[in-house]
Amino acid sequence: MTQPLQPDASAIGGVEIAISLILRIGVVASLSIVVLGTMLSFVYHHDYFSSHDELHRLTSPPADFPRTATQIWQGVRHGQGEAIIMAGLLLLLATPVLRVAVSILAFIYEKDGIFVMITSIVLALLLLSFVLGRVTGG
Amino acid sequence: MTPLVFTLITFAASIVAGFLGSLLGIGGGIIVVPVLTLLLHIDIRYAIGASIVSVIATSSGAAAAYVREHMTNLRVAMLLEIGTTTGALTGAFVAGKIHSRWLYVIFGVMMGYSAIMMFRKYHDPNAPVPPDRLADRLRLHGSFYDEAEHRRIDYRVTHTYLGLALMYLAGLVSGLLGIGSGALKVPAMDLAMRMPIKTSTATSNFMIGVTAAASAGVYFARGDIDPFIAAPVAAGVLLGATGGSRLLARMQSHVIRGLFVVVLLWISVEMLWKGLK
Repeated sequence: MTQPLQPDASAIGGVEIAISLILRIGVVASLSIVVLGTMLSFVYHHDYFSSHDELHRLTSPPADFPRTATQIWQGVRHGQGEAIIMAGLLLLLATPVLRVAVSILAFIYEKDGIFVMITSIVLALLLLSFVLGRVTGG
Repeated sequence: MTPLVFTLITFAASIVAGFLGSLLGIGGGIIVVPVLTLLLHIDIRYAIGASIVSVIATSSGAAAAYVREHMTNLRVAMLLEIGTTTGALTGAFVAGKIHSRWLYVIFGVMMGYSAIMMFRKYHDPNAPVPPDRLADRLRLHGSFYDEAEHRRIDYRVTHTYLGLALMYLAGLVSGLLGIGSGALKVPAMDLAMRMPIKTSTATSNFMIGVTAAASAGVYFARGDIDPFIAAPVAAGVLLGATGGSRLLARMQSHVIRGLFVVVLLWISVEMLWKGLK
């Protein structure tokens, strides 16, 4: 192997830029969507500013909010605040997974075989946990 | 309390959680969960759902800056994620088969011990680092610019296998108990792998997002993530974490270490209490 053995931080510059970018996009997009959804839900429900009973309904189980993909999609199309928040949260939860996927591509681009393998294993384990989570927790 | 007041209080507390979490490499659940349950009387189920959101928000919010500044050791993080995700998977499998009571005691003791060891390293920052062939081969060593000391810090990573094993344990705990993943990752990198404290917390911060994402899907599908609670948490934590990530490079290492030791002792006592009461 001809790989250098000394510390070399600049060797993954491209990977760092790619990861930093995907994280920034994920954060800014999900933050904007969540804030928009929150503002909409307050605009549509004036009692959120004054009613003391509303909070209990919103935050005590079994609270009624969209949680499946179809419910969220339907809600987003109707401009429903809670559904828009859920869409933003889903994007936020997906950001770390996207980050792993992007770093595989970046390591391929950098021709770093070992780390392509390492990040692919991490992605596979993550996806496996989603599948198992559906079976055991869903 | 009106929904407006609730949103504002949760948002404010979440900014603090994101700020502290991004500096210390932990998820911010230690602030979000008690504020929601004790102060705002939210059901524990929704509080835990919000805390998962908080972990991912802390991680993603701060990591963009940490990665660019080389505070996160990306190669170490990617490698150790194999350990944490495997551990989290195992945890999900054996959950319910072992008494969590004893787990709380075991890991409470482990965290207390780590806190003491980390406090002792406080007085001895420059001990020699033993060579590690795996770390050489995978080019895990790194460097970053420490703005508090106004110099570039080159550091060498060691005991990679031990680090991987400890990350497996950290993943196992978070899979089983749903808490404390960062609280074990930072000492593993700081004590075993001999990384500087700032890179340990920044690298832990980077990894906790992936560990949490592995279980977030389950919480979401189960309906534990209430949008009305999670929205101010996500927004506040993202802002707090972005703020914290601007500060880490400028803070003195011993301040970060001191803060971390205090928080780790706190978590350790909390876990022992849960296990022994």
